[in-house]
This record gives sequence, structure tokens and C-alpha cells, in this order.
Amino acid sequence: MIPLYYNTRSLWARRLSTGLTVLGLGLVVFVFSAVLMLANGIESALASGGDPRNVILLAEGSTSELMSNVERDALRALGSAPQVASSVEGNPLVAGELVVPVLLPRGDGKESNINARGIGPESFAIRPTVRLIAGREPRMGTNEVALGEALVGRSPGANLGGELVFAEERWPVVGVFTAEGGAYESELWVDVNRLGPAFDRPGLSAVVVRTGSEQARDAFIKGVEEDSRFTLEAKSEPEYWADQATWLATFIRVLGLFVSFIFSVGAVLGAMITMYAQVAARIGELGMLRAVGYRRRSVLASILIESAVLGAAGGVLGALGALATRWMEIRTLNFQTFAEIRFGFTPTPGIMVAALVFGTLMGTLGGLLPALRASRLSILDALRA
Amino acid sequence: MSTAPGQEAKSPLIRLRGVSKAYRRGDIVVPVLENVDLDIEAGAFEAFMGPSGSGKSTLLNLISGLDRPTTGVVEVGGQDLARMSDKELSDWRAGHVGFVFQLYNLLPVLTAAENVELPLLLTPLSRAERREHVAAALEVVGLGHRMGHRPPQLSGGEQQRVAIARAIVTDPDLLIADEPTGDLDRKSAEQVLDLFEVLHHELHKTLVMVTHDPHAAERADLVRHLEKGLLQ
Repeated sequence: MIPLYYNTRSLWARRLSTGLTVLGLGLVVFVFSAVLMLANGIESALASGGDPRNVILLAEGSTSELMSNVERDALRALGSAPQVASSVEGNPLVAGELVVPVLLPRGDGKESNINARGIGPESFAIRPTVRLIAGREPRMGTNEVALGEALVGRSPGANLGGELVFAEERWPVVGVFTAEGGAYESELWVDVNRLGPAFDRPGLSAVVVRTGSEQARDAFIKGVEEDSRFTLEAKSEPEYWADQATWLATFIRVLGLFVSFIFSVGAVLGAMITMYAQVAARIGELGMLRAVGYRRRSVLASILIESAVLGAAGGVLGALGALATRWMEIRTLNFQTFAEIRFGFTPTPGIMVAALVFGTLMGTLGGLLPALRASRLSILDALRA
Repeated sequence: MSTAPGQEAKSPLIRLRGVSKAYRRGDIVVPVLENVDLDIEAGAFEAFMGPSGSGKSTLLNLISGLDRPTTGVVEVGGQDLARMSDKELSDWRAGHVGFVFQLYNLLPVLTAAENVELPLLLTPLSRAERREHVAAALEVVGLGHRMGHRPPQLSGGEQQRVAIARAIVTDPDLLIADEPTGDLDRKSAEQVLDLFEVLHHELHKTLVMVTHDPHAAERADLVRHLEKGLLQ
């Protein structure tokens, strides 16, 4: 086996071209891993916070709360199901909720769409992940609102003690809550019986139920599906939010991977040119190695390993660059819910490994033809070079 | 291992019979060697001289298993090189031949010791054993104190001595030297030739050298001449 330090030192000896190639490969790996981190960030932003014991019921055929319209009559019938958990006070943990998009002015003069959630008295109790970090819960029968942490400071009055204005009414902010990074953090919560009339929406978007256990949840969902009184679709809360994330995350992932693929062709060509130059500059050395007894396949492996090292270096560079984006936060519109969501670049060990593999693969691919050329050299021609 | 002088060699180490070599350049066939018969005994130091294009380097390439004859038999140590596959030839060269080239052909990014170690990486020796062999070979060529230097930090003569250490480190039967002093000044050339004499007389190596330099050829036991592909 030709020693690896021969390859690494040869790359270092031509460090300008090596460096530029690593940079090119690194940029592609950066795009590749940043896109995967972004899609992952969207998924975890939207999907987290869902409680496995909770069930969301939408009108049949609806894919999101915004498109769903549920009759209020369903609320009482669903609350009497035996699987439904009870609050400390003994009330069934069921809430009829209404979600409407609200336009709020931003500090820069533009407006942004956020979701207002009309809640019931048990909405906070149903979701243990939603916790007040300041102030208190809005009282029922009033216009008081609690703000998701992500909305604080995003609009004039969007802070504890402030006041929001929409639907020609005033809405004082009495609390701020977190939802462990989940989508609720980008919502404002207010009594459903105040929000509905303000937007002239008598119905509900969804009914949310907390069951006693995951087994009870499954039994509850089965019961709803089999009960002919309901034309509702029941999903566990995590499943519902994962579905909400799917479209946007898939769009970003497909677009990003397509762009990465196009870029990677350029990076592979760059690696190929570098490795061809490496081989051309070292023909005499390779001829000597063959003369003293190294086989063709040793030369092939050596050049391939060298290009893989080049690619791996690009992979490390790109992955580190992508990791640096984890402190960035992006706010955008989820076209499925028409609400602004915030998310970041969320790395996982899997994405980092994929980045390294992708870089190494590009390098190796770029080195394939130069390595074949090197291994097929006639020893005599190489020694004369 | 080579046979010491004075010992009776039953068959020559190198035996060529009816060896011809021709190259094809487009549609034209250019004969380089014609019907060469040659015996070289183990432990001999022979030099081949002749004008450019006389076929002496081609002959050296055939003897060292870097090339194959168009016709004829090339036997080294009783093995017919023409019948070996590419892989077998690589393994055979690794075990039996040491090369000294005109331009040294050292790897510039490796130290002298690492260059000398290269052929040993093809053997099953442990790292410690390899280190011992490398140190011994560099001592033989008088460069034990330059182990950590890289080729660009060495003079031409020193580089060629590192190349000689690389050639002898596996203790091969046969040393092949193609114009070993062609790129050296007179003093360095003498040092290299002195080394060849040590290898020949004290370590009983078989040396086959191609040279243009009559001073270098003088050091050999026997000088053979080639003229237009024919052995004189």
C-alpha cells in the first residue's frame, strides 16, 4: 500500500490548487447540509410540541385547521367519550378551537400574517408543553391574549402589557408562552368566543381532546372513525403537525438537493481537474512506484484515496460552515397554514455524516478518471516523463 | 540472495536467448534489439555501453522486468519473465530487483528515510524491522545523518545515494542502474561508483549498469557494447 502521507503531503505541496478545490467542494457541501438542516429545522419547528396523548379532530377532507369547519355540537359529544382525560377540577379536557389568520403591522411598516387561535378554558391544560413564561392566561369572556414567544416584539404592542389591534378591536396582551419550539410559539391565543364573533366565524376549526394514555388515544380515534354521528377526521397531535411540516420541508429539501446536485457536477469537475494535474505532475513518481513493485491497483487506490481525502476536507469545511448557520433564525410564511413560522438550521449527526459522505463521494468521483489514467500508465513512459 | 564470487555458479543469474525487441510507431516497426544472447553470472558487475538508440536501456528494461521481449527468452534466477502476468512481474521486481535511475526518481514530499522505506512497505516486515533496515541502508551509503531530510534539501550526489539505499534496502539479487552518474558532477559520480564497488565486492551484489561514461564503465568487471541493437 502506498503510504497515505505521500498523498496528503502531495496535496499540501500544491496547496493553492488543493485549497481552491476544497473550497469549491466545501461550498457545495455547505449548500447540501444547510438545506437538509433547514428542512429539518422546519420539521422540528412545526412538528415539535405535539403531545402524543392529544387528538386533533378536523372536518373530514380538511388537511389543516385553517381549512376546517367543525360544528360546535360535536364538542359536547366528544367530551363524553370514556377515553377523555379530566382536569384537576374534573372537567373533560376538550377544547373547541378556531384558527384565523390575522394581519399585524410590523416594526418596518410592512405587515405579517400570524395565526390567532381561539381557545377554550382547557386549551392550556390540554397542552402541557405550552407554558406561560410571563404574565397569565387570558381570561375567558374577554379580549385578553397570550402571545407565543416568537411574536414578542414583532409588532407594535406585541409584548406583555401591550395592546394589539385587529378586526377593529383592541386585544390587550396579558401573557407570553413557550411551546418547546413548536408551532404554537408563533400564535396568539384568545378566547374562542371573542375571536369567532370578531371575524364572523360561528363554527370551530378543530376540536382538541386530551386522552388518558396513548392506548386510550388510539381507542378514541377508532371510536370517532366508527361513529356515524361524526364526519370528522381524527389524528394524533404529533401526526397532525408532522403533516403540516411535510409540504414545506419537502419543497425545500427537493429544491435544495436539486441545486446541490447541479453544483456538485461543477465541484466534481473541479476535483477532476485538480487530480489530473496532480497525476500529470507526478507521472515520474508514479512510474518509480510501479517499477519498485507497486501494482496498478495500488496506484489506482492511492490516487482515489487522495481524491477522497480532498473531498473529505471539502466535506468537513462545508459541514462546519453549515454548522455555523445554526444560530440563524428564519421567519417565513407556511403556505399550508398561511401563518408566519420561525425556524432555524437544525443539524443532526445524520446530516453531518451525510455531508462528509457527500464531500468524500464528490472527491472520489472526481478522482476516478485521473486514477484510472495513473494506474494504466506504462512504467517506461512514466519513468521517461 | 546473490552468490559470492569464487562460488561455482551452475547457471547464470541472467540468461537471454534469441531476444528481440521492436517498437511500433504507427505503421512502422522499429527494431531496437535483435537476436541477443547473453549470460550474466550472479555476483557480476557488468556495464553496457553504446551510442544513443543502440538498445542498451531496452536491454536493461527487459532484464529488470519493466518490459517484455517481442521474441526470445529472458530468464532471471531461473524464472521466465516473459511468461509472468503484470501482477507477477510487479511482485517479482519488488522481491528481486533494485533500481537506480539517472534522475534518482525520489518522492520530493517524503524524507530520505521514507523514500528508502517505500519498497519495504511491500514486504511483511514490522515497522520496527523496516526502521532498522532503512537505517542500515542509509548507513551503507553514508547518509545515516540525513534520514530526516527531503530530496530538495539534498545535493544531487546525496539524492542518488538515497536512491541507491532504496535499491538495496530489500536486499535484492539484482541491482539495475540506468545512467546512474549521468546527472552528477565528477566528485559525486565517483562517490556513487565507489558505492557500487562496495556493493559488488563486499555485499556481492549483481550489478548491471548502462552508461555513456567511460570512467563509470571502467569500474565494472566487464564492459559490453551494443551497436544498432546487436550485442558486439
